Amino acid sequence: MKYALFLGCNIPSRVEQYDFSARAVLKQAGVQLVDNRDFNCCGYPMRNVDQKAFLFSSAVNLALAEKAGLDILALCKCCFGTLKEAEHLLKEEGELQKEVHGLLAQRGLKYTGKIQIKHFLSVLYHDVGLETLKSKITMPYKDFKIATHYGCHALRPSKITQFDDPVAPSIFDNLVEVTGAKSVDWTRKLECCGAPVLGVNDDLSMNLTKKKISSGKKAGADYLCSACPYCHLQFDTVQNMMVSQNGNDPLASILYPQLLGLSMGIDARTLGIGMNQLDISGVTSFLESGEENAE
Amino acid sequence: MIFNLLLYISLAVFTFGLIYKISTWFSRRIGISAKQIPTSERVSAAVKGVLGTIFSGKILTLIKVFILDVVLQIRILKEDFLRWLMHMLIYAGFMLLLLMHALENFISEPLFTDYYSTINPFMFLRDLFGLMVIIGVGIAIYRRFVLKVPRLKTSAMDHYAIIILAVIMLSGVILEGAKITSYTEYQIMVEDYADLEDEDEITALESYWVQNFGTVSPNVQAPFSEDVLSMGKDLHEGSCMDCHSASQWAFTGYATAKIIKPVALALDRVGTSTILWYIHFLACFIGLAYLPFSKMFHIFATPVSLLANAIMEKDKSDPANIATRQVMELDACTHCGTCSLRCSASPAFDALGNEYILPSEKMTFLKTLAAGKKLSTRKLSAIQEGVYLCTNCDRCTVVCPSGINLKELWFNVREDLVQRGFPEPLVLSPFSFYRGLNRENISTEDYARPLTDANRAVAGKFEQVMDPSTPISLKDREIVELNELPSTRTFSYCFGCQTCTTVCPVVAEYENPQETLGLLPHQIMNCLGLGLVEMASGPRMLWDCVTCYQCQEHCPQNVEITDIFFQLKNLAVKNAAKVADESSPDLEAA
Repeated sequence: MKYALFLGCNIPSRVEQYDFSARAVLKQAGVQLVDNRDFNCCGYPMRNVDQKAFLFSSAVNLALAEKAGLDILALCKCCFGTLKEAEHLLKEEGELQKEVHGLLAQRGLKYTGKIQIKHFLSVLYHDVGLETLKSKITMPYKDFKIATHYGCHALRPSKITQFDDPVAPSIFDNLVEVTGAKSVDWTRKLECCGAPVLGVNDDLSMNLTKKKISSGKKAGADYLCSACPYCHLQFDTVQNMMVSQNGNDPLASILYPQLLGLSMGIDARTLGIGMNQLDISGVTSFLESGEENAE
Repeated sequence: MIFNLLLYISLAVFTFGLIYKISTWFSRRIGISAKQIPTSERVSAAVKGVLGTIFSGKILTLIKVFILDVVLQIRILKEDFLRWLMHMLIYAGFMLLLLMHALENFISEPLFTDYYSTINPFMFLRDLFGLMVIIGVGIAIYRRFVLKVPRLKTSAMDHYAIIILAVIMLSGVILEGAKITSYTEYQIMVEDYADLEDEDEITALESYWVQNFGTVSPNVQAPFSEDVLSMGKDLHEGSCMDCHSASQWAFTGYATAKIIKPVALALDRVGTSTILWYIHFLACFIGLAYLPFSKMFHIFATPVSLLANAIMEKDKSDPANIATRQVMELDACTHCGTCSLRCSASPAFDALGNEYILPSEKMTFLKTLAAGKKLSTRKLSAIQEGVYLCTNCDRCTVVCPSGINLKELWFNVREDLVQRGFPEPLVLSPFSFYRGLNRENISTEDYARPLTDANRAVAGKFEQVMDPSTPISLKDREIVELNELPSTRTFSYCFGCQTCTTVCPVVAEYENPQETLGLLPHQIMNCLGLGLVEMASGPRMLWDCVTCYQCQEHCPQNVEITDIFFQLKNLAVKNAAKVADESSPDLEAA
């Protein structure tokens, strides 16, 4: 299993712990990653503004992966969804597509649709498999409740992303439960985290976040869990801002590879447990072998 | 006399320029953060900062950075070996030439008691250093004009830098070649050092030099007899050898001498050596005088930038020093294009054609902005789009060989530009995410203003067309942009069940959603069904849409609602740009 790792823009600059922890768990899971410095923005933020700029940005990445002969593994769900959307659009033929192929040619690139685009969670679930993951778990969690946040751009539009059942998804829950933690049912599990309109309409953005957090709390979750830098920043950095404004108790969010990594026995430093803004160091106390593993 | 006069003039201009440029580091302002800080405070903060650093543990970091990044230029090496080689050749060659050759009176002579420019190793080294620079300049030309490194733009300043270096170096080499062949030069040397009276001896020495050292004489010509040459050799060993190594050691000059040999006598007669000497010195003087105003000023500014950025931190350093550093960084930029090569948003430049999306071109522009030049609205909107169309991935900052903290510069300038009141639709996109994360660094009022401006601009005539007294216009039925993608025609399947509106999390946020959002998702589909594109592309709903695709996923008729929203937003942005273009009052940005 070998993939071109697609980090996107947020992870290297703001959520490095996702990079570190994902690499660590994928290594244990036997997935080989190839870095490509020529990858650029997936095109997601350009969708509001210009279709061509979005599609060409995406297409450059797809063409680069195709040139390397590798499938893409994306860590960010917005990158994943955008690349999938571009893949879908490039199957059609039209003026826009012609222009984009022309721009690709100017960069000496070509895209014919030969590669696959996968999200980190899909690779773990479908390619590595729950059985293999289970065999790597050395310190399972006990009495640990997690509220899984699926992330809109991976789930929908399901015809294009083909990530999971859009109404009753289960991949993420299964991946969480393989660590021994319990994935709780919560009402706003499939809702938006609020990140897409942060900076555009902060009241709306933060209200959506607030509702997710209280829904998670109501379900008795110890932590939120996400696998997307946008969602993570919203639940971590933005929630931290909200907490300092309204003084509420936070419901901290842990990145899935951090959660998985700890149960695989990878040390907290490698997983960047201390790099989150909201303190998640308490996670280690839920590990079965308990206190002695805590840093 | 004229030599000294010109030297002093160029030195004076250089010194004045240096002082002036450094003073601008303290007087000029970039962006929002520098507005409140007076020059005097910036100067005293800088003095305090420098002294504080020297007498702290940070001095070790500085020494390390100086050796690795300033002297060895590891940051360039990490990016591109050819570029590192190019820069090392130019920088090492030029520095060594400057120290050994240009400043020989002050450095080489006091340092080496036996220094003489015409004996080895100095004669050989001068050519070696010169050749290094010439190869380096050659690589620079190759990279810019043959290899065509992606997104590497060449400005007038880049042309100047290459030309001035090439002129200095080539005039030096050709001057040397001309002097090697020159009979006049030869005669001067004989007069000064050999003092020969005897006709035979004069002929013998001349023959020896013609035979062995490339001198072209009007009197003697090869072949020479053994006797004459052996007599010439004796004379050479007696009078010349101690102060003059064989010309072949000056290998670039000697090669030139070989090439110009057929025309050497004519060249000597018209005083070519003197002409070249003037060209060589004038080029050096121009280079020196103009240095502080050209990109060559990076010789001073870039090390300062590398050192300053190695020890300064965003939240810990004095804001006055950050303001100063950001102006200084503009001088540290060499327009090398590494940032643009690695820029995450660079495909948007290919697609939209706005040069200012590329970080290296933004830097060029910022120099004009910091200098206080006035901007036309058109230019302002282009630069604003360029500065805003940034994913804040920080790659430019990571790769910059000059160590410039570009990410802080962009944030600072971006905020300044969007406060000028010219609406920027990009603030209504996820490009604003980073601004949202940093909202605590911006006052509430300033934070809201660009959003209000942009919302107003993209709404177009929405309020007017929504007014019940406005007659419904059907002229925008066939909007070309909406026909581009097959998916956008799917609105015609809508049978008005309102599922989209029911599942929308944004609609659910509001007590009275229509009042806030203008139109609800199903109403927008209705508008499109009726051909009311202008109405459909105006409501706030489009920009508050979190693109969660709930509506599209749940639509029983497979209407691709979210994707249609994207199309409508693109259309609104285009319309806003058109309106701005037509009615642009010439805002001044000074």
